[in-house]
Amino acid sequence: MDERSKPVAPPAEEICAERRAFVRTCSLAAPLLLLGLRAAAVRAFAGADAPYDPKEHYYGMGVDIAKCIGCGRCVEACKTENDVLREPFYFRTWVERYVITPAGETVVDSPQGGIAGFSGTTSEKGILRTFFVPKLCNQCANPPCVQVCPVGATFLTEDGVVLVDRDYCIGCRYCIQACPYGARYLDPRTHTADKCTFCYHRVVKGLLPACVEVCPTGARVFGDLKQRSSPLNRFTRFNKVQVLKAHMNTEPKVYYSNLDGEVR
Amino acid sequence: MPQQLKRLVVLFAILAAGLLAARHFLRPATFGERGHYRSAAVTTVAAQPIHYAGRESCAACHTEIVATHRGARHQTVSCEVCHGPAAAHTESPTENRLPAPRERGYCPLCHGYDPSRPTGFPQIDPVAHNPLKACITCHKPHQPEPPHVPQECSACHGEIARMKAFSHHALLDCTRCHATPVRHKVTPRVVRPDKPRTREFCGGCHASDARGPKEIPRVDMETHGGRYLCWQCHYPHYPEGK
Repeated sequence: MDERSKPVAPPAEEICAERRAFVRTCSLAAPLLLLGLRAAAVRAFAGADAPYDPKEHYYGMGVDIAKCIGCGRCVEACKTENDVLREPFYFRTWVERYVITPAGETVVDSPQGGIAGFSGTTSEKGILRTFFVPKLCNQCANPPCVQVCPVGATFLTEDGVVLVDRDYCIGCRYCIQACPYGARYLDPRTHTADKCTFCYHRVVKGLLPACVEVCPTGARVFGDLKQRSSPLNRFTRFNKVQVLKAHMNTEPKVYYSNLDGEVR
Repeated sequence: MPQQLKRLVVLFAILAAGLLAARHFLRPATFGERGHYRSAAVTTVAAQPIHYAGRESCAACHTEIVATHRGARHQTVSCEVCHGPAAAHTESPTENRLPAPRERGYCPLCHGYDPSRPTGFPQIDPVAHNPLKACITCHKPHQPEPPHVPQECSACHGEIARMKAFSHHALLDCTRCHATPVRHKVTPRVVRPDKPRTREFCGGCHASDARGPKEIPRVDMETHGGRYLCWQCHYPHYPEGK
């Protein structure tokens, strides 16, 4: 064996000194490390007090057609909460009644958007099946209304809600034309476009949208898609869900379960 | 450098400077921070006043009613469904008192019969059901147990009952075909009624050799229907044939 490659043991005193230094460093570093961990833990558990960060959320809604009783409380609550005009052509959400006759004809009505319920009339042509469909802005991930806005007054927020900038909207109505769901209207008081905001002012404060809050049967479910345990994630896990007009490639975030093929 | 090029350079420099200046003054302050929009608009939308306080805020004062309501059938019905938006009430409870609908017209918004409602949802005919009596004389709205267990299936299965009433099966009781455990009336979604599980059940009346009036349509049970149970083709609540 070559002489140079032989390991040379350092003198005993040197090893002792190295060990002492190591122990000293450790005893100094441990409290610092613990303090750092504590600070991290405090930050993690103080989530409730931390300012709202839109990047941590991504909202969506589920609607179970089989639970909707057509009471119209959502329409009423929406108009009250968001100061929507009471005239029957301004709706951020509304309820439609579908009646499919044995002859295959589909009749859709929505008297006053369903705000006063539906008078329980039966179809003269008979009923094969019938149900209520609550509708609202689908908060598309690929929103056509945002694409067409010439001034950037309607936009998709980081938490997945399509909002309107009232101060910059010029009232050109392009977005109203572009929306395939008929979810937008022009507010005659401000001459600006208006629409469902998922009750953004409530959601950022941890409240439910007004329509979800008042839905008596739980037909409407609201939740955060980025949060693993949210009512919406349970809804999408245990139901076969569909979106409206999927062929339009708008990628809606309002998911319907028990949806009939006749619904447009 | 030719003179005309110099002039052009100066002209373009002035144009570019003008453009940059215009952009600086005309562009909204917060535009482009997070995307192609004014991020201040998000703050404006988020600052909108709240009208519906949410059910949690009711529990702070009305502990007893909330406790009663929590285990009852109306537990999914938020307080503000009937009592209206409560945010103003939570701020000054005595000045802004909330209404409590006591009149007969309110409850049928949900519980009036409508064929479009899901079957099994409790519905009454507002005209025929104890006329002129306010609903709250018999039903406690916070804990709406019916005063007695419904005797008629039509209390919840109105659409089927109405359809059956016009059909050839009008005179058959529901329990003739559906074995209904008593518990179904108490926990309707947990304990469910039965359906006929054999072809022979319907064959009791409709087989070619069955006893009974000759008006009852008969089929040869051996050849008719194949692998299916009778109700998988015929809708027993509204069977065809006149």
